[in-house]
Amino acid sequence: MGKTLAEKVWDEHVVRSAAGEPDLLFIDLHLIHEVTSPQAFDGLRLAGRRVRRPDLTLATEDHNVPTIDWDKPIADPVSKTQVDTLRKNAAEFGVRLHPLGDVEQGIVHVVGPQLGLTQPGMTIVCGDSHTSTHGAFGAIAFGIGTSEVEHVLATQTLMQAKPKTMAVTINGSLPEGVTAKDMVLTLIAHTGTGGGQGYIVEYRGPAIEELSMEGRMTVCNMSIEWGAKAGMIAPDQTTFDYIEGKPEAPTGADWDAAVEHWRSLRTDDDAEFDKEIVLDASEMTPFVTWGTNPGQGVPLGASVPSPDDFDEPNDKIATEKALEYMGLEAGTPMREIRVDTVFVGSCTNGRIEDLRLAAEIIKGHTVAEGTRLLVVPGSVRVRLQAQEEGLDQVFLDAGAEWRGAGCSMCLGMNPDQLAPQERSASTSNRNFEGRQGKGGRTHLVSIPVAAATAVRGTLSSPADLVPAGHVASQEA
Amino acid sequence: MEPFTTHTGVGVPLRRSNVDTDQIIPAVYLKRVTRTGFEDGLFAAWRGDEAFVLNKPEYAAGTVLVAGPDFGTGSSREHAVWALQNYGFKAVISARFADIFRGNSGKSGLVAAQVDEKVVQRLWDHLEQHPGATVTVDLESRTVRAGEGPEAIEDSFDIDDYTRWRLLEGLDDIGITLGNEADITAYEATRPSWKPATQHS
Ligand code: SF4
Repeated sequence: MGKTLAEKVWDEHVVRSAAGEPDLLFIDLHLIHEVTSPQAFDGLRLAGRRVRRPDLTLATEDHNVPTIDWDKPIADPVSKTQVDTLRKNAAEFGVRLHPLGDVEQGIVHVVGPQLGLTQPGMTIVCGDSHTSTHGAFGAIAFGIGTSEVEHVLATQTLMQAKPKTMAVTINGSLPEGVTAKDMVLTLIAHTGTGGGQGYIVEYRGPAIEELSMEGRMTVCNMSIEWGAKAGMIAPDQTTFDYIEGKPEAPTGADWDAAVEHWRSLRTDDDAEFDKEIVLDASEMTPFVTWGTNPGQGVPLGASVPSPDDFDEPNDKIATEKALEYMGLEAGTPMREIRVDTVFVGSCTNGRIEDLRLAAEIIKGHTVAEGTRLLVVPGSVRVRLQAQEEGLDQVFLDAGAEWRGAGCSMCLGMNPDQLAPQERSASTSNRNFEGRQGKGGRTHLVSIPVAAATAVRGTLSSPADLVPAGHVASQEA
Repeated sequence: MEPFTTHTGVGVPLRRSNVDTDQIIPAVYLKRVTRTGFEDGLFAAWRGDEAFVLNKPEYAAGTVLVAGPDFGTGSSREHAVWALQNYGFKAVISARFADIFRGNSGKSGLVAAQVDEKVVQRLWDHLEQHPGATVTVDLESRTVRAGEGPEAIEDSFDIDDYTRWRLLEGLDDIGITLGNEADITAYEATRPSWKPATQHS
């Protein structure tokens, strides 16, 4: 019997395998940031251990960093300690670090791909659950806890039980204006937050193949939101074109050898998955969440559900609690929900393609009265590229805030937070209670929905906008 | 790590499903660079509510948390495990755990005992009817027990063999792996030259 993509990549990395024990897997790339690494480096120091492979390790500062005044010392002393600790550890253990102010600094999952360090067939880990993002290149990539960070630092391996495999096949083509984000939010609403648990998922089918690398990263990014161990997509020409010429991509004969190997990374025709899900992209529409987990979503054209719509007692209670927290009435059309803050950014939707799309929709419009729009590029490179293309000016002209690179309001560890009861439409990945600030209320949305919502002040899609030229001529 | 064989302590019924890591410990509490002191952040948003279970004196000394399905979803933060441990919890019982949370628990010595959903319901009812009652989590026999007489609850729980063995022995993973260092070195010698590196000599 043939092998799935996941099995091929897994098997290539088994250092040691013994009955009754998890496999010992070699790790090709270990990404590090300031929040989940200090205790791991401490552990090394205590045990007198070194970093086994600094040359396969990369650190960046992203979770805590401010997105304004980044040339000044970090104001919050506790955040500053954490960032300083990373700098000290990186220097002591010989780890390459891209600190705040460096041109390669940014969200760890944006930095890896843009440096060309994320490549097909690799094993990639990071003390961050959205490491699944890198699976878009056909890598096995997953988040780990701090004890495992220490384990990888010390041994460049991890002990892992082999997960089951699942295929998510998405047929058809996405309709105009519907994005990878809508696709994955639709999927999660379909499976629930625990539906992927225990599986490495392979996303496949025509609708996946049609996605750009950015779109594929958005889909793989949110694998963890339905509980999957990892999400991956078989590499193809789109993947190779994206990697070619990136700073750390192979060149010359190495490039040819790499591509030849990458082409073999496809699920064999006779391979079997442990589970399969099939969805049709052509039926998908802009999709937004109403609740407090990423599975609580509906099409933008629908209304807030009622606890009575659910049969399971747990779902009923969860819906009641979510509606109370979100301050929503069952039956309210989603389009009538007023939003205070729109956040464009994060490792889900903070890449250059996302900013281009947002700018294209916003161009010529202004942000609605009483709404603020925060645009936070995923990395300094994304920020510079956007500025070169004049996107910053489009955002500034519309009345948006144009910020520095980092995680920012995705999790509100830096000063970018929601106030209690403040409502956001966010292109990030988690709408958990308090995720964006204590008491804050989050609706997860795609880039087009975020942009249109910023203009109208209520959850909207670009189709709801009066064309920019039309408004301008009326005003003239 | 301390070996774990069996533990008996006050059970805390947390009647919620999908308790994600942002609920267990919000991001603003993650800024410490130590493994201790995270108890203040545990369930921070809910602790302000008088009616929250941990605010009731009978449960304040709780060491065994009994929660609804999909406990620990979301982020990879091991701080969630440390916050539970720093507060005093030795074990969490749920019908389903998120993968990363379960992995982190095993590494840090918190027992994540997966039981049938009906067992969770019975434990909840029992702990609410008898506030302050204890629950036993026996790792050797893989059973959870509570109550006495006809009401007694006893059922098996799931935990993978390898994690169970490590917890029973109190073993450090890194030490075990470094025992196989020759295998790692041999593997490294076979890696193709075109694989990327972050530093070039
Ligand atoms: S952008 Fe958000 S999800 Fe992504 S790494 Fe940062 S905090 Fe995590």
